[in-house]
Amino acid sequence: MKFIDIKKCSKVYKNGVTGIADLDLEIDRGEFVFIIGTTASGKSTLIKLLYREEKPTKGMVIVGGINVAKLRNSKVYKLRRKLGVVFQDFKLLPKLTVYENVAYGLNTLGLKGSEIKPKVMEALEHVGLKDKTRSFPNQLSGGEQQRVCIARAIVNNPKLLICDEPTGNLDPDTSKEIMDVIEKINKELKTTVVMATHDKDIVNRMKKRVITIENGIKVSDKMKGSYKVHESN
Amino acid sequence: MRAIRILVRSIRDAFKSVFRNFSLSIASIACIAITLILVAISLALSSNVNHFTQNIEKELSIVVYLKQDVDENRKNEIEKEIKHMASFDSLEFKSKDDWKKEMEQSLTGLEDVIKEMDSNPLYDSILVKVKNSSDLNATTNAISELEGVESANYGKDSVDQLLIIFKVIEKAMLVIVVALILVTAFLISNTIKLTIYSRRNEIEIMRLVGTSNTAIKLPFEFEGLFLGLIGSIIPVLIAIYSYIIVYDHFDGYLFSHMIELVKPNELLVYVSLILVAIGGAVGMVGSWHAVRKYLKI
Repeated sequence: MKFIDIKKCSKVYKNGVTGIADLDLEIDRGEFVFIIGTTASGKSTLIKLLYREEKPTKGMVIVGGINVAKLRNSKVYKLRRKLGVVFQDFKLLPKLTVYENVAYGLNTLGLKGSEIKPKVMEALEHVGLKDKTRSFPNQLSGGEQQRVCIARAIVNNPKLLICDEPTGNLDPDTSKEIMDVIEKINKELKTTVVMATHDKDIVNRMKKRVITIENGIKVSDKMKGSYKVHESN
Repeated sequence: MRAIRILVRSIRDAFKSVFRNFSLSIASIACIAITLILVAISLALSSNVNHFTQNIEKELSIVVYLKQDVDENRKNEIEKEIKHMASFDSLEFKSKDDWKKEMEQSLTGLEDVIKEMDSNPLYDSILVKVKNSSDLNATTNAISELEGVESANYGKDSVDQLLIIFKVIEKAMLVIVVALILVTAFLISNTIKLTIYSRRNEIEIMRLVGTSNTAIKLPFEFEGLFLGLIGSIIPVLIAIYSYIIVYDHFDGYLFSHMIELVKPNELLVYVSLILVAIGGAVGMVGSWHAVRKYLKI
């Protein structure tokens, strides 16, 4: 069974807008996949379906053996513990230190302090922020804040890392830095990475699998692909 | 063990959060304190009004006039029969000579006329008090049927009317207190909603990292409880000090001994408990209600 298995999946919002239409998609464990498309193409909807922020209107979405389509709201946390999510706007808590931000999730899971510390330090080491544990988010650069966000996402050793335009707010050099961190996590920890982006440079440089979505429909799916949204229209 | 750690963490986080979001905490506490002060005032007023009406009801008595020919034995028997009635509380015998003396003193100008009277045309009487003012009518009827009783009455019309007015006042006070408590609940839950709204990012992140709904809700509920309890301590202290000052200032009575105030120790324990209970409960319920909005449950 594939790690992510989406079959005949559609998502129509309450206002009638179609997010995703009749999508079939399979992703293997350990893969690194870019989802590209223009604004409002449906790539964010696809990402949201993966971490069950949205529920499909039709079809099946299986993530790590969990049928997301049938998951009740009160049980969503069981899926979320198996994956990490990184956003464009970081979503860090400004009043908590770097360490506290990364440990936040583990704390709420009821883990002992002695269990939490090595996990947090390991995650911070992966993103290269071991010496910033006591800093607050506003004392960090954009790139560093995004790295804290990545550390928070991987602290619980998730099988899947979902990234929604993680470099959208960053300059090209910092973007490259962040992509290096994510690629390292994919290689070293064997974490499956699904990333929505419209950063051409990154997609073209990294030569990973690229899935193009236009108007909610998958228009191309290429191994070692590149950013060619308009060509596919 | 894990559940206990989550519980301990929730209490610790709730405590931290009260201080980290200090200005909003102060706003919530102030809102709770102010509305609970209003509740405290209305509780103090209503219990004093009730105390006053109960005292007056206690003073209501049935005047029983005995026939002129009733001898000492029969009089004692009548007293015994009244004492055996279920609603009986106390009685006081007043002879016709006592009445005559009282009239001599009170009816100025007529004292000579009364003194000149050879015989005493008045009646011996018994003043009967009943346990419950609602028994007045039935008890009066029962007493008037006893042998040797000339008449028994309690000023039916005016007393009945007074009792109706008292019942209306009691109910009105109850309605006011309940309405005020509801308004307080509404205000407190709204303030806490505001606190939680300002922290929706935290809730969003908790949901993202896989925190269960219970573990998300707990710290907020404890926070609501803390805010409610802290907010109720201020009105409790104000109620205690100001009531004791008022009580001492008036020496326990208003309008020259007509209205006896409820003693501070009787009133304040009950008012304090009610205020703390409302503060805590409403704080918790308010938080629960507000967090639900941000959790897709």
